[in-house]
Amino acid sequence: MSLRLQARKLACERDDRWLFRGLDLDIRAGEIVRVEGPNGSGKTTLLKILSGQLADYHGELFWNEAPMRRSRKAFLANLLYLGHSPGVKAALTPLENLAWYQALAGEPDDAAARLEALASVGLVGFEEVPAGQLSAGQQRRVALARLTLIPRPLWVLDEPFTAIDRDGVVALEARLSAHARQGGCVLVTTHHALAASSALRRIRLGQGGDDAGA
Amino acid sequence: MPGPDASPVSEQQAGVACREPREGTAVAVRATLKRDLVLMLRRRSEVLNPLVFFALVITLFPIGISPDPALLASIAPGLLWVAALLAALLSLDSLFRSDFEDGSLEQLLLSPQPLPALVLAKVAVHWLLTGLPLALMAPVLGIMLSLPAGSYAVLALSLALGSASLSLIGAIGAALIVGLSRGGVLLSLLVLPLYIPVLIFGAGAVQAAILGAGVAAHLAILGALLAVALMFAPWAIAASLRISING
Repeated sequence: MSLRLQARKLACERDDRWLFRGLDLDIRAGEIVRVEGPNGSGKTTLLKILSGQLADYHGELFWNEAPMRRSRKAFLANLLYLGHSPGVKAALTPLENLAWYQALAGEPDDAAARLEALASVGLVGFEEVPAGQLSAGQQRRVALARLTLIPRPLWVLDEPFTAIDRDGVVALEARLSAHARQGGCVLVTTHHALAASSALRRIRLGQGGDDAGA
Repeated sequence: MPGPDASPVSEQQAGVACREPREGTAVAVRATLKRDLVLMLRRRSEVLNPLVFFALVITLFPIGISPDPALLASIAPGLLWVAALLAALLSLDSLFRSDFEDGSLEQLLLSPQPLPALVLAKVAVHWLLTGLPLALMAPVLGIMLSLPAGSYAVLALSLALGSASLSLIGAIGAALIVGLSRGGVLLSLLVLPLYIPVLIFGAGAVQAAILGAGVAAHLAILGALLAVALMFAPWAIAASLRISING
């Protein structure tokens, strides 16, 4: 089965203001789509709509040619969403946090995979420290460990580079393009300049006008 | 984080293909139960607060009203039930709030598992660490209110049954107000009317035990209320969470 997320005539209104209108999107396997725009232009809202969290929009969404309403379960089984807040419990250790996410995603319980995922984001030695004692960047890395832990083709990442140090940013960027090369698909908002590549597409959200997927 | 060359490409290839939804609801529910239990046990004050509130309120009544055993015994069933109900209500506000604030709640909603099953696990933990301890503690406080000897078991049983309904119904309210910064009063207004049947039959069971009448009918109705709550509340909680997150 291929991977295709489409939106037709997507529009969203907030407080009597159109965030975007007439937005047509067609996102396929192997693409990195960067949603750009100034603060308050609706980037997070667009990602939430595209990840099926907000129902308050006009237009239609399709997942693999089927309307989103009917294919929601199949869509969620393919989605990995990282939001503004990392979703990391301060009172739990990184390992315990990941164990919950693993079970929630329907993956088999695998402690070795969790250790490996934490190692892949450079958190060796912090596995058993309560996440509340980690720095903001380290907590973000715990959340990013899910990218390795839970194999999902569609990544929707809202500001994943927040609080990440320079080396981490380089590694995460490489991780994103590797995912796209392997046939995955990444939808990302960031103010950080992503290195241009053939896989990269941009969607610019402006000030309420009509938008077109570039 | 390793670069693209370091990642095992061939292994990942399989994961990147489009996936069919998998089963595994039981695993997810068990993991949610375990996670919430661990979380609550690490934040002991949240577990202890309702119990301390319950004990304080019950301690104040003999001092404030009268130490007369006959008078206290006559109002004890209602007092114990009202105090336990308010104690349970106090703890409800935090049921989904910390998950909402740290972003775990949106992840819970995006899980491919059925949301009603997952929220039921959260409510079960709330009952285990709030309703059940309140029910076990009530007989001890009953002694302070000179509750007649034969009614302790009924008191604990009615509270255990009733508080499960309270947790389920209250969770609907907690889910509705999770997006509001100060929803405490609103939560009380929302759920207290729905608590009244539970309170009537719960306190009635203890009253009946004191009078020597049959308690089976009261307990059966409490059980029926719980059964109805178990059937409908998980779906209502899930829908309420979706509404809250949408807003």
